[in-house]
Amino acid sequence: MTDLLKLSGVHTHISRYHILQGIDLAVPQGQVTMLLGRNGAGKTTTLRTIMGLWQASSGEITLSGERIERLATPDIARLGVGYVPESMAVFSDLTVKDNLVLAARDAAMDDRQLEWIFGFFPALRRFWLSRAGSLSGGQKQMLSIARAIIEPRKLLLIDEPTKGLAPAIVMALIECLKEIKRKGATILLVEQNFFAARELGDSVLVMDNGTIVHRGEMAALAADVPLQERLLGLSLEAHQ
Amino acid sequence: MTDLAASDPLPKPKRDLAPILLPIALALIMIPLVGSPSTWLTLTAASLAMGMMIFIMASGLTLVFGLMDVLNFGHGAFIAVGAYVATLVFAPFAASVQADSLWVNLAVLAPAALLSMAVSGALGLVVERVLILPVYGQHLKQILMTTGGLIVAEQTLYALWGPQIIPMPLPASLRGSFILGDVAIAKYRVLAMLIGLAVFIAIQLVLNRTKLGLLIRAGVENREMVEALGYRIRRLFLGVFMTGSALAGLGGVMWALYREQVHASMSDELTVLIFVVVIIGGLGSIGGCFIGALLVAMVANYGGFLVPKLALVSNILLMVAVLMWRPRGLYAVTSR
Repeated sequence: MTDLLKLSGVHTHISRYHILQGIDLAVPQGQVTMLLGRNGAGKTTTLRTIMGLWQASSGEITLSGERIERLATPDIARLGVGYVPESMAVFSDLTVKDNLVLAARDAAMDDRQLEWIFGFFPALRRFWLSRAGSLSGGQKQMLSIARAIIEPRKLLLIDEPTKGLAPAIVMALIECLKEIKRKGATILLVEQNFFAARELGDSVLVMDNGTIVHRGEMAALAADVPLQERLLGLSLEAHQ
Repeated sequence: MTDLAASDPLPKPKRDLAPILLPIALALIMIPLVGSPSTWLTLTAASLAMGMMIFIMASGLTLVFGLMDVLNFGHGAFIAVGAYVATLVFAPFAASVQADSLWVNLAVLAPAALLSMAVSGALGLVVERVLILPVYGQHLKQILMTTGGLIVAEQTLYALWGPQIIPMPLPASLRGSFILGDVAIAKYRVLAMLIGLAVFIAIQLVLNRTKLGLLIRAGVENREMVEALGYRIRRLFLGVFMTGSALAGLGGVMWALYREQVHASMSDELTVLIFVVVIIGGLGSIGGCFIGALLVAMVANYGGFLVPKLALVSNILLMVAVLMWRPRGLYAVTSR
């Protein structure tokens, strides 16, 4: 399995704080790689550094073998990286349609892809011309994910998509992400929800204090409660 | 907890009409206070014309702040430069400006306005690249840099044109008034209203009906996410900055014709005015800027007529009142 994304010795400083302290990780092509860790471990900073939203102060980031750590965020996005931030960041003043029109960038929206998205997220069809700001939290998350997948992407960076959502919505999201995975997408997913992590993850990386402290198979970590407690402070089940 | 069900109706978006009704209510309240209907109509027309000119000058500033998070204290320089450039066109064609034909007048006025916009827009390009680019995200430095830029621009204008006030007479066909019964409305004010309205409609069409407008609105709300979708927002910044500067140049020409004079310190008096408008309207909001400009002009005109001494502080009092009602302005767009 080739690695689509690789980080080698990546350090990130945010003002005087040294957040990422030498991250080494690889995200294999076509797999879902879970990024777990306590709050403040550096998971979101890792995604933002990959996306170029925070500049790595040193180290290498490669996407399909191409160095990207000095590229600007739009150039990274144009290489095929989709980003779903923790805050969802839908454009609330714009309609659902306009959010997706912008996400499709230069191309017109692919009708088949749109129908596929509507299959998972029927609410988006219904509220097509409604302001995104008037959607519920779950619907905004759907829109945020739809925005990332409206165009084919090489890599999806998704930050805690289930956070704060009702169980029924979490289930729908998991089904959607599973379907995206079945289509061969490569995903680096930050997630605190044990069920989601176990259902979706192929491999897992655990972070603590800005470094990767564990890497392995998701299934192995899911089965090893003592290891979970050692790495995460409590078992994944208790994380739900 | 949130709900995904497609069958659930969305809450109907509330239409926030209160700010729109504010200038209408203010105008109606003034009818008995002013007393004479003809005086009221004259004052109202003057307010609308003045408001439109202020809107043209301020619209660029609000977009620049909303999209770029840039506090441009030098915006007034584009206004003054626009006005001075127009004098360069007016001077050699003084005879055409004073000709009785509307078309001959417009043949000078239109190129003068276009040249002013082009020069102010080009100056905007230089200012953005030289002064703003190094200080993105640093408000204090932006204030220092742009205030310094304003001083340099003013002193350059003094050096080139001298400290004297330069007369800029209205073209002959725009002098005088339309008489409706016992109401006189200056022709130039009608033109100013029409141009201001056209600019407002054009900006609204671009913002609401084009992909460029979508990008600007999205960028005002969340620049980072627009970049994460693959758009090079810096280019958009530059385009908006140049457009805002060009509009300021147009506003400068119109203001100079309204006052029939140009002087280098006009940027100082107008900078305060347009900042009041932008703050009242809500940073980044074109609709709010439009209403804010109308309110400022109405308070100046009605206030100047009813309580002349109050005119000196009327704008500040208006700003305090609006911010006590809506601390983020009439239509808050950004959370900054």
